Amino acid sequence: MVGAGLAGLRGAEALRASGYRGQLTLVGDEPHRPYDRPPLSKHVLLGHLPADASRLPSDLTDDVTWRLGVGARALDREARIVHLTDGDSLPYDRLLIATGTRARPWVHEDEAKLANVFTIRTRDDSAALREVLAARPKRVVVIGAGFIGCEVAAVCRELDLKVSLIDPAATTLSRVLGTTVGGMIGEVHRKAGVEMRFGSEVEHLEHKNGRVTGVRLADGKHLKADVVVVALGAVRNIEWLDGSGLSADPGGLDCDEHGFVLDDQSRPDHAITAAGDVARFPHPLYGGRRVALEHWGHAVAQAEYAGRLLAGLEPAAPYAAVPNFWSTQGTMVVKSAGLTDGADAVAIVQGDPAERRFVAVYGRAGRCVAAVAVDSARWLPIYAEKVATAAPFPPTETATDRPLRDLEIQDPGFA
Amino acid sequence: MPSDMTRDAAPLRVSVDLNLCQAYAQCCYAAPRHFRIDGREALFYDPAPSAADRVDIERARLACPVQAIRVEDSQA
Repeated sequence: MVGAGLAGLRGAEALRASGYRGQLTLVGDEPHRPYDRPPLSKHVLLGHLPADASRLPSDLTDDVTWRLGVGARALDREARIVHLTDGDSLPYDRLLIATGTRARPWVHEDEAKLANVFTIRTRDDSAALREVLAARPKRVVVIGAGFIGCEVAAVCRELDLKVSLIDPAATTLSRVLGTTVGGMIGEVHRKAGVEMRFGSEVEHLEHKNGRVTGVRLADGKHLKADVVVVALGAVRNIEWLDGSGLSADPGGLDCDEHGFVLDDQSRPDHAITAAGDVARFPHPLYGGRRVALEHWGHAVAQAEYAGRLLAGLEPAAPYAAVPNFWSTQGTMVVKSAGLTDGADAVAIVQGDPAERRFVAVYGRAGRCVAAVAVDSARWLPIYAEKVATAAPFPPTETATDRPLRDLEIQDPGFA
Repeated sequence: MPSDMTRDAAPLRVSVDLNLCQAYAQCCYAAPRHFRIDGREALFYDPAPSAADRVDIERARLACPVQAIRVEDSQA
């Protein structure tokens, strides 16, 4: 298993559970056993949990070898060897690639190294940011209003810290949810006291004596900050596959419908599967469109599928789990099923955004493609079912708390 | 809650699939020192409870209506 995160761990467990009794090695570039990342942008920053608390539960026993604190450097498929960064090499009969992603760094390398500039991906990142937040900085600037950016901004408000959220888009979460629903969620953050700067881009970080002091925006304005959190998404860890003959680019490592990796001639290598953030695969629910999903539940489901495959069990059907995720932003819970990509319509089918409690369903060409629940988790499964079956949009019969005529179809607001 | 608790060398390992969680809060009744709902449905749980609290944690795991709680070494 190359990658000792959630996917690597669950893949290894599935391999064992499927009857594989041979040698099993997990390689991870962090020096830690697999741990859960979601608390790192929430309860760890709040100080409710230490950063090292979230080691994942596992059924693996002592019959596995851990190679931690060492990364993979190259893959030789002909010789079936993984070369490691410490010069060692590991032969394999079967390989799971679950190298995941890393935080996208700030664009200017020298500025990224300034003191009090953070990204959040690892538990060490989170521990360092927690220490700085606990010292009660005067103002935090968060660059990027995606899920991590929103979670961090909400944490700052819970800690009663001044925080600005900066994004070139028109609202929070615009890329994933569109500006219509993204704006509804952004309104919650604005009311909680987050200063919003949309349509605004940070050009440079300002600094003095090696420490960040503020940001300069593209329009020439300055904003003071003693802490800057860069939340610009993730970069897939595929560089080590250069020269392997596999088809990989920043969008992911290509797999067939089962998760076997593809070479640059689109031929599957049946000794290697991929799972989690790094894997790009054709999703049957979306017409075989190739997607790479950075979701917790997907890492588990795809790794379990991949582990069984590596153990030699025949797949009953292509991997087709409905994508899902959650995000806890302050005390607000945002959950989603399906993919909003290409949605041409959205309707609020339950609840009311003004009460911070609603379900939005996204449609594409008259079919349900995604549902987003805000503080409405119990309503999500029936809409996830609509998505899984590509039911007609809008799903009027489930909108039980409003008469049919009130179902307003809106533009989801994707750029 | 967890941050105030003394941690032992070999705590239990707990994770909750928050995609599944629907905030029925049965875990909060079963193990109130380790599970809490903030707001309407934001679950906060201790991923590393003391092994001495195994009975409470097992009760929480079994009580979950959507079976979202995973505990290392449990017989699940």
